[in-house]
Amino acid sequence: MSATAADFYRDEFARVDAWLPGRRLPWLRRARESALAYFADTGFPTLRQEEWKYTNVAMIEKSRFALAAPDRDGVTAEQIDGWSLPGMLRLVFVNGHYRPSLSSVGDLPGGVTLTGLAEQLERAPERVEALMGTVPAAYASGFAALNAAFMTDGAYVEFADGAVLDAPVELLFISTGPDLAMHTRNLVVAGAGSRISLIEHHVAAGEGAYFSNAVTGIVVGHDAEVVHHKLQQESRKAFHIAAVQADLQGGGRFTSRSFALGGGLVRVDIGVGLNAERAACTLDGLYMIDGRQHVDHHTRIDHARPLCTSRELYKGVLAGASRAVFNGKVIVHADAQHSDAYQANRNLLLSDNAEVDSKPQLEIYADDVKCSHGATVGQLDPEQVFYLRSRGVDDASARALLTFAFAEEVVERVDIEPLRALLETLLMGQLPERVKELL
Amino acid sequence: MLEISKLHVSVDDKPILRGIDLAIGAGEVHAIMGPNGSGKSTLAHVLAGHDHYTVTSGEVRYRGRDLLALSPEERAREGIFLAFQYPVEIPGVANIYLLKAAVNAQRKHRGEPELDAVDFLALVKDKLQLMGMSQDLLYRSVNEGFSGGEKKRNEILQMVVLEPKLAILDETDSGLDIDALKVVAGGINAMRSPERAILLVTHYQRLLDYVVPDRVHVLAQGRIALSGGRELAQELEMRGYGWVEAEAANRRKGGA
Ligand SMILES: Nc1ncnc2c1ncn2[C@@H]1O[C@H](COP(=O)(O)OP(=O)(O)OP(=O)(O)O)[C@@H](O)[C@H]1O
Ligand SMILES: [Mg+2]
Repeated sequence: MSATAADFYRDEFARVDAWLPGRRLPWLRRARESALAYFADTGFPTLRQEEWKYTNVAMIEKSRFALAAPDRDGVTAEQIDGWSLPGMLRLVFVNGHYRPSLSSVGDLPGGVTLTGLAEQLERAPERVEALMGTVPAAYASGFAALNAAFMTDGAYVEFADGAVLDAPVELLFISTGPDLAMHTRNLVVAGAGSRISLIEHHVAAGEGAYFSNAVTGIVVGHDAEVVHHKLQQESRKAFHIAAVQADLQGGGRFTSRSFALGGGLVRVDIGVGLNAERAACTLDGLYMIDGRQHVDHHTRIDHARPLCTSRELYKGVLAGASRAVFNGKVIVHADAQHSDAYQANRNLLLSDNAEVDSKPQLEIYADDVKCSHGATVGQLDPEQVFYLRSRGVDDASARALLTFAFAEEVVERVDIEPLRALLETLLMGQLPERVKELL
Repeated sequence: MLEISKLHVSVDDKPILRGIDLAIGAGEVHAIMGPNGSGKSTLAHVLAGHDHYTVTSGEVRYRGRDLLALSPEERAREGIFLAFQYPVEIPGVANIYLLKAAVNAQRKHRGEPELDAVDFLALVKDKLQLMGMSQDLLYRSVNEGFSGGEKKRNEILQMVVLEPKLAILDETDSGLDIDALKVVAGGINAMRSPERAILLVTHYQRLLDYVVPDRVHVLAQGRIALSGGRELAQELEMRGYGWVEAEAANRRKGGA
């Protein structure tokens, strides 16, 4: 990498060191420093790396995003009402810092911890240390290393054994300005038999280019369930890099529903470890992009033990000169007999200039398994368009209706009513007025 | 109502229809029969405006207007309805949405107020009953997972809801069981009126026992080879198509 980017981030670290959370914790300090050293060594991923060959992050490398300091005035409660989903508990983060005054957590039942990571580092540093690990992880990329070095805050969600909340929890991440960097880290721990439903929701308070680098770690205990929704509505110039890793214990269930609508350059990595018998995961995703948006999803599911199930459906709608990448890896390890895995990626190209690279990958090292996958890239079916037109629906509405129907397959699986309604409104925002009347 | 003259149609540069002349007046029911591949569905699709088919020459006038100049949706709003031989499945679009969209597109076109959800449902429930269909079918995706017969019935449901001026039914009777055939025939007969014309494409005399046509035409090799009254259908049922084609070929030779 160019020495200049490494220098920039070293200087940046020196600049912000004084106010980074947990600076008195030696283990955290070591973790940050070794992450920084790793980054200085490795730098940003390049097109030469197999996992990054379709996604060029040179623009991020060239830019000089400054880590956002805690900002007390940038966002008002009224604005929050405009973005947030009704009827949920809410943790609000502005430019990567938890804002309790804008959040609404209410009286939590025993066994439920919902707070900011920085706060939890003050309250229970040993617990956080145990979860994050004393030895720095093998970073998946330079982005993960940058996140480990610079993380300012994030959500800390822990449910003790058997804990359940009636309402889902919205984690609302707001970016207010151009040229800022946000490195957030969420930690989610579901004790045995507990049930957590989260919505990680990224919005932009303004236009402009900024850099959001979010890492989420999820531990799903025995027979616990975690549903992680991610709704990404970043500005059209934003760089959004996200990594989610979920590790499941026996009988645990994990569902990820990722909706990528915004952002200029977006990369989302989702990894699931099915680490004990009868763990199950569902990964659903929808990217709906146009203009020059570039959205890359990489998913990886490890069937490490027998009798686990995984289901994956990613759909993409591409207009304009947008570009999508889908890479879905399912690895069935030698020990993982009776694995059941299904994966599909379906893409709808609405324009000749849009492009998609889809690569489902099955690696199977066990012999008694049920695995299949499929990928399609296509246009709207002219016979379906004609059928609708032959019933009096105009051409544009027919196409819009079919596009909506294509995307709706993923949206309708969302069982949180306000989120589903918002998604449908957002989808419909891209359709002509006439069609909205029909639906 | 409909006047087709010297219509030539190609698909991918391959001529399929080679000079069709056919006139259907208001209030009439015409049947088109003919061997597989003779061009019956091609004719139906061309009338509905499918752009895969190229009209190379000839003219079609519909209620005094140049039909071929209209888009498929304009034709539909002007009262043309095609019941497809192979209705497509449209996952994710509920039957009821399509029906409502179709009805309101037509009403808007005629300058009538659009129906609200309540009035619309009342209208549709009536027609469902006529077609012996259950209400949950409305909320299923258009034709998705429907059996062959259910798809055909669904086409006729759309027809009776839309009340077209010219209905073209492409083998709606194929694949129906005996009871369903009666229901479908009942739907078609309910549509018969002095203002309406119906064009039935069929292979079987049986439908014509229930829906008695005014005229029967035989399409062979892209032309109307023979026309007659309802007794022609009975003759075809007994004798097949061979003689018609031979006769038509003779006539062409004689004429040349
Ligand atoms: N979309 C198409 N592409 C290529 N060839 C076509 C297409 N549509 C029709 N044809 C050809 O045109 C000819 C007439 O087909 P058409 O479907 O009109 O026949 P038909 O009379 O309806 O037959 P059937 O009784 O089997 O329904 C056939 O040879 C068919 O293969
Ligand atoms: Mg046919």
